[in-house]
Amino acid sequence: MIQTFFNPDIIAASWPIVLAGLRNTVLLSLLVVPLGLFGGLILALLASVRNHAVRWPLMAWVDFFRAFPPLVLLILLFAGLPFAGLELGGFACVAIAFFLNTGAYYGEILRAGIDSVPAGQVEAARSTGLSGLQAMAYVVLPQAVRNVLPDLLSNTLEVVKLTSLGSVVAVPELLYQARQAQSITYNPTPIVVAAIIYFLMLWPVVRLLSRLENRALTG
Amino acid sequence: MTAPIVDARGVHKHFGALHVLKGVDLRVAERELVFVIGPSGSGKSTLLRCLNRLEEPSAGSIVVDGIDMLDPRTDINHARQRIGMVFQSFNLYPHMTALGNVTLALRKVAGKSRAKADSLAQAALERVGLGDRAGHTPGQLSGGQQQRVAIARAIALEPRVMLFDEPTSALDPELVGSVLEVMRSLRESGMTMIVVSHEMGFARNAADRVVFMDEGAIVEEGPPAKIFENPAHERTRAFIGQIQRH
Amino acid sequence: MTGSAWKRFTETFFNTKVMLTYLPDILSGVVVTIELALLIVVTGIAAGLALALLRSLAIRPINWLIIFIVDMFRSLPPLVVIVLIYFGLPSVNISPSGFVSTWLSLAFVLMAFSEEIFWAGITSVAKGQWEAARSTGLSFGQTLVNVVLPQAFRLTIPPLTNRTIAITKGTALGTVVAVTEILGQASSAMSNSYNPSPLMMGAAAYLVLFLPVVVAARFIETRFAWKR
Repeated sequence: MIQTFFNPDIIAASWPIVLAGLRNTVLLSLLVVPLGLFGGLILALLASVRNHAVRWPLMAWVDFFRAFPPLVLLILLFAGLPFAGLELGGFACVAIAFFLNTGAYYGEILRAGIDSVPAGQVEAARSTGLSGLQAMAYVVLPQAVRNVLPDLLSNTLEVVKLTSLGSVVAVPELLYQARQAQSITYNPTPIVVAAIIYFLMLWPVVRLLSRLENRALTG
Repeated sequence: MTAPIVDARGVHKHFGALHVLKGVDLRVAERELVFVIGPSGSGKSTLLRCLNRLEEPSAGSIVVDGIDMLDPRTDINHARQRIGMVFQSFNLYPHMTALGNVTLALRKVAGKSRAKADSLAQAALERVGLGDRAGHTPGQLSGGQQQRVAIARAIALEPRVMLFDEPTSALDPELVGSVLEVMRSLRESGMTMIVVSHEMGFARNAADRVVFMDEGAIVEEGPPAKIFENPAHERTRAFIGQIQRH
Repeated sequence: MTGSAWKRFTETFFNTKVMLTYLPDILSGVVVTIELALLIVVTGIAAGLALALLRSLAIRPINWLIIFIVDMFRSLPPLVVIVLIYFGLPSVNISPSGFVSTWLSLAFVLMAFSEEIFWAGITSVAKGQWEAARSTGLSFGQTLVNVVLPQAFRLTIPPLTNRTIAITKGTALGTVVAVTEILGQASSAMSNSYNPSPLMMGAAAYLVLFLPVVVAARFIETRFAWKR
C-alpha cells in the first residue's frame, strides 16, 4: 500500500513539479479571491439601491451564475470562444469564469450583510450630513462585513478549492501538476501528496470556520 | 415673530394611500423650545423627519435657517449639518467608540482634521457629561449614556436647530433624568429645539410652546400652561386627560 | 452588430443542424446528470444526517473520527477526490467507473457539509428543550424525533439547500473521468462536429435543470428565514 500511495522515491522525484503547482495555486487564489470580492461588492452596492427595477435584473444575474456550473462556464470560455475568434489562455478563462461565478456568490453574501444593518444607522449617518456613499463606506459596510464574516470566509474557502478546476484547462496549478506527475510515473502517489497538501493548507480554515459557526449559534 | 428659523408651510405627506400629514404649518423662532405632543399615528415623527428631509414631503415648503430644504439644487448633506437629530433608538454606530461616533461627521462632512475633530468631539462629550467615556463602545454604555452620546454627535456639528424624536421613550425610567438634564442645559445655552415626546413634566418646565397634533394636523398650540391647564379643543382636552392619568 | 455578423454568430454558436443532430446525446447526458444528482443528494444527505445523529450520542473517539472525516471532505476540492478515487484505487485492484467515482466523491463531500449543518441545527436547539422533554419522561430517541429535530429542521433548510445545489453542480466534474453526463456529451459532440453549438445546448440544459432549483431555494430561504 505504501509503495502504491506513498512511494518515497516518487514523492522525491515529483516534488519539484508538485511544489510548482502549489505555488501557482496560491498565486491563482490571491488573484481570484480579491477579483470575486470586488465583483461581489459591486453587485451588492447596486442591489442596495432598493429599487425594484434594479434589484430584479441583479437577482436574475446572481441566480444565473449560481445555477451555472463553474466548470461549464470555464469550458465555454476556453473551448467555445475560439469559435468566435477569441483565443484566451486557460489562465484568463479561469480569471473571467471565477470573477463571474464567485462574484455572484460573494455578492449574495454581501447583500445579505448590508440588509442586516438596521435602517436607523443610515438615518443617523445621513442626519449628520454624511452622503449616501459615505454612510455606506463608513457606517454600513463595516457592520455588514462583520455580520457575514463566517459566510465570507466559507465562500473564500470554496474559491480556493475551485482553483483545482484550472487543471481541466491546463493551468499548471497543484492538481494539474499532480496529474502530470501521476501520468508520467504511472503511480497515484503524487495525487495523494497533492491531496495532503490541500488538506494541510485548508484544514486550519475549516476548523476556524467550524468554531465561528458554532459560536454564532450558541452566542 | 421675526424671521423664524424653521418655517414649514402646508406640509403634506402620503405613504401610499395613507395621508399622514395634512397641510401642517409650523414656524419656530430662534432659541424657542417647541414641544410636539399627540397620540401615536398623529404624524408628529413624520413631521420632524420632513424637516431634515429624512422623509420626502408630498407637498409644501420647508425652509430651515434660510435654506430651502426641498429644492433639488440644495446640497442636502451640507444643509443637514445645520440640523441636529436625536432618535428614539439612539442609532449609535456599534463598531466605533463614543469618540468615533462623534468625529465621523466632523471629519468627513465638516472636513476637520483628525486632531481638531478629536478635540471638538471630546468637548461635545464633556458637555453631555461623558468626557471620561470617550473610548467606550456603545455596547459598553447604558441606554441613557448612549442617548447622551447621540446628542453629543449631533451638537458637535454646531447645528442651528436640534430635532428630538422621542428621545427618552426607549429608556428605562431611571435613565431618563440624565438625558432630560442634558436637554435642559442645551435649552439654557440658547439652542432652538423641536421635541416630540411624552415627557409632560419636562414640557411644563422647559417648553416655550406646546403643539398638539392629531390625525396629521395641528389641532392647537400655545404656552404649556394654556395647553395643559385650559385647552381650547375637546380633542386636546381628551388627550391631556389620558396622559395625566399615568 | 451588423446583420451578417449576427448571422455568422448564430450559425456558429446556434447551428440548428448541429443542434438537432446531437440533441439526443445531450438529452441522454441530461438523464445521466439527473441520475447522478439524485444519487448524490439522497446518499449524501442521508449519510450526513446519520453522522450527525451518531455524533449526538457523544461518544468521544467516534466523535473525533467523525470530525476528522468531515474536516477532510470539507478541505479537499471535489475534483481531487474524484481523481483520487478514479486514478488511485485501481492500484489496489478496485476500479470504480467514472460515474461511481463522481457519485462517491460528491456524496462524501455533501455528507461532510450536511453533517456540519445538521449538527449546528441540533446543537442550536436550546438545552432547555431537552431538559423539559426528558423530564416529562420522553426517551432520548423520542425527544430527538419529536422535539429537537423539528426545530433543527427549520434552521437547517436554507444552508442545506444552498450547499446541496453547489455540490450537485459538481456533476459536471464527471467529464474529467469520462462520465457521459451533459458536459461530457457536449464536449465530445463539439469536437466531433467542430462546432460549439452542442456546448450551448449543454449550457442551456444545465440552466433548465438548475435555475428553477436556485429560484426555488431562494424562495425557501426567505420562507424559513433565520431570525437572528
